[in-house]
Amino acid sequence: MAESPAQSDEELLDRFQRAAFGYFLEQFNPENGLVADTSRAGSPASIAVVGFALSCYAVGVERGWMTRADAVARTLVILRFFWDCSQDGQADATGYKGFYYHFLDMKTGKRVWQSEVSLIDTTLLLAGVLTVSVYFSEETPSENEIRKRADAIYRRVDWQWARGGGTTVRQGWKPESGFLHYGWGGYDEAIILYVLGLASPTHPFPESSYTKWTATYQWENIYDYEFLYAGPLFIHHFSQAWIDFAGIRDRFMREKKSDYFENSRCATYVQREYARRNPFGFDGYGKDCWGITANDGPGFQTLKIDGMERRFLGYAARGVPYGPDDGTIDPCAVLASLPFAPELSLSALHHFCVRYPEMIRDSRLPSGFNPTLRGDGPSGWVSEGYFGLDQGIIVLMIENYRSRLIWNLMRRCPYIGNGLRRAGFTGGWLS
Amino acid sequence: MTHFSAQQEQVVQQDQMLPSEPPDDRFHRALLHDVHPHAWRNPKSAGKYNLVVIGAGPGGITAAREATVLGAKVALIERNFIGGDRLNVGCVPSKAIIRTARLYAEMRDADNVGAQVPGSIGIGFPTVMERMRRIQARLSRADSAQRLSEASVDVYFGEAHFAGPDTVEVAGDKLRFRKALIATGARPLTPPIPGLAEAGYLTNENVFNLTECPRRLLVMGGGPLGCELAQAFCRFGSHVIIAQDEPMFLPKEERDAAQILSNALARDGVEIHLNTTVVAVRVEGVRKVVDLVNDGDKFSVSVDEILAGIGRAPNVESLCLEAAGVRYDTETGIYVDDFLKTSNRRIYAAGDVCLEHKFTHAAEASAHIALRNALLLGRKRLSALTIPWCTYTDPEIAHIGLYVREAREKAIPVRTLTILMHDVDRAVTDGEEEGFVKIHVREGTDRILGATVVARHAGEMINGLSLAITSGIGLRDLARVIHTYPTQAEAIKMAADAYNRTRLTPTLKSLTRRWLAW
Repeated sequence: MAESPAQSDEELLDRFQRAAFGYFLEQFNPENGLVADTSRAGSPASIAVVGFALSCYAVGVERGWMTRADAVARTLVILRFFWDCSQDGQADATGYKGFYYHFLDMKTGKRVWQSEVSLIDTTLLLAGVLTVSVYFSEETPSENEIRKRADAIYRRVDWQWARGGGTTVRQGWKPESGFLHYGWGGYDEAIILYVLGLASPTHPFPESSYTKWTATYQWENIYDYEFLYAGPLFIHHFSQAWIDFAGIRDRFMREKKSDYFENSRCATYVQREYARRNPFGFDGYGKDCWGITANDGPGFQTLKIDGMERRFLGYAARGVPYGPDDGTIDPCAVLASLPFAPELSLSALHHFCVRYPEMIRDSRLPSGFNPTLRGDGPSGWVSEGYFGLDQGIIVLMIENYRSRLIWNLMRRCPYIGNGLRRAGFTGGWLS
Repeated sequence: MTHFSAQQEQVVQQDQMLPSEPPDDRFHRALLHDVHPHAWRNPKSAGKYNLVVIGAGPGGITAAREATVLGAKVALIERNFIGGDRLNVGCVPSKAIIRTARLYAEMRDADNVGAQVPGSIGIGFPTVMERMRRIQARLSRADSAQRLSEASVDVYFGEAHFAGPDTVEVAGDKLRFRKALIATGARPLTPPIPGLAEAGYLTNENVFNLTECPRRLLVMGGGPLGCELAQAFCRFGSHVIIAQDEPMFLPKEERDAAQILSNALARDGVEIHLNTTVVAVRVEGVRKVVDLVNDGDKFSVSVDEILAGIGRAPNVESLCLEAAGVRYDTETGIYVDDFLKTSNRRIYAAGDVCLEHKFTHAAEASAHIALRNALLLGRKRLSALTIPWCTYTDPEIAHIGLYVREAREKAIPVRTLTILMHDVDRAVTDGEEEGFVKIHVREGTDRILGATVVARHAGEMINGLSLAITSGIGLRDLARVIHTYPTQAEAIKMAADAYNRTRLTPTLKSLTRRWLAW
């Protein structure tokens, strides 16, 4: 269905947000609460997507898209599963040391794809767990159980183990080979990981871990914008979906007289500027067509198109301005930038509706499209189905833009405040 | 009589396939004539030398030549070939074949610059290597044994070792010295991988002896050597697989530089395996089967040859350093102080045998310092040097000074001015838009702390920044330097201009607006 450009911004956002929210009702297994990574047949569950689902329930209730009772019921199924699941770290378990395998079987809840115990995906799950622990605050048996189980799940996580004997945190662990032998370097989506790890009342990171990680930051002037650089756009979104960084600063941001909210705004402008310059001449790129990030792609292939050799990628972390860039745009990342640069995001959303209506199905945005790789319409190649992470970030960021709901909820979560303070954040709402 | 099992015989056959010598052609003979003449007679030792230099690589030659200019009596000892790695098994041969490889890549990409791709692009690998040997022979002339001898350097060939704190023995001669310089360089590390030695493998010491391009080549290690040769052999038509046990190539370099290199290698067709470790090698028929592990997942690849580029070890073992009281470590090399003096006050060291940065230009610069300090009571410090370096992939990756992470570890506030090559007119007209110039300055100043350049000709471009850092020229001054238009080095001025724009604070902007409103 084509979107009408005549709609007001508010109407448009409401429709896209609600459509994205629908993903979490459709892809939910009522037996164990798991939510599919994608809408494609046979997709396993992603623990991060479950974290988004939990946060989306709060939005759904507030928007009147689901009843509080339904949200409570779904939340309890999820929390019970994650508390009761196997945590012995065996190859077919669900988790280890309070963390969880990245991908789980939708039915059994056991590890699939030989995936790793993922620290960042567990963190995103925990962000959802803590969101519901704050949102469901009524003194009822069900909501009391939500708060109790959420707290227990968070407290069980052994963050100290996750450092693998080092100062900073590792990216993951596998029973077959131990810790993945690389960690986090440079600015990335791990702030919320450090915040939750620092705040743990049971197994906290030392404060030095955050200092050591931020020592890898790089403050750059690119296209005359000064910002803390990270190439893929999602890095500027994921921690920010839960934490309101406006006005609060860690040591690095105090030194630079900026904050992570302003930084995400600059990153959005750099994305747009890159698309306007369009150094590799991809079709579609322009002031209203940007959004280069980690997302689905046309698949690994090299083709000659209009005399140019084009190398396309599958699901990959694309970035600006150093690449890789294969001409694939993620419209979801554009909507996720809404709170930081609404003037850019809304303009781009209207453009997508007018120029690429066929890639928008029932007001839901795909993980990627690539006008350079010819397809059935102007959108060119369009990603099949939908990805839970994309739909989740759309719901949360539109809500933060509209009502600041998630940000306000998490401000009330004591672990977030404690973690931020231990990381050295001061000012703003932390004062 | 020795009896081999069938498997051992197979191993021996494989090992014999690896070339230990280049083809005996006129160019190789000309090279040998210069770097190790067959009929060379070592000179008669004439009393005590002012300086004995062990190792006739770039550092040793630099020191020997400078010492003779100063009037010193100098002996230069070489056990293999004059010119060291640089001329014989390093920079010169590798850059010669990289040039040819680049041309092949350009021919295949001709239509990207509006030219027609040649109908048939045949790879004449023996011709590539013959050109390489011709270039080696040509460049060997400048510092041949004969030329050095004519410059009053006593050139000795033979294995040298210390016979005391002021004596070196070589080929039966005892040379006494007032000062000595050890510049014996380094050699490729032997990877401790089961089955590798038996299967045989290439390093920089024998890869340039190849006469046929391997159909399938595994490159172990994603450092400079591994990346350069992986790309070159891929461009010659090999199916190249590169296994790097780190999450990115060139782990010491900027993450974004490594990302661009990764993209470039993939585009060339190199099969990339990051976070991947080689755990075993075995021979099956005429192939070498290599077992690899990536985050616990095991898999195997079958190749014709394996190239190991995983690091270098200093040449210290045969020198009898104990006899001279020189302290050393077999992994890190000879211990020197900031003046390049060893634990024996008469003996200095320079180059790969003692430095972390194992580059020809670092060897020469350190030899220059060591020589001045040894003979002229100089007090020049190694730490005062600012050494640039470059990895000659396509695009090239060059660096000088501090990395951001190093600056931040030293609590130096730093910001980076970045210019993308796709914003540089000449890079666009040349179709060489991949890369960037990043200049790191101390926050609040225009003082350049370091820089990384990724560009087709980054090695040339970094020299301008090297001059700026060494001379204390800041970005404000660089912005005043008129650069020729259009050149790719203009990116450096563009970075300086970007810095100047950041100096225009909101207050200043407001003032200028008011002024211009008149």
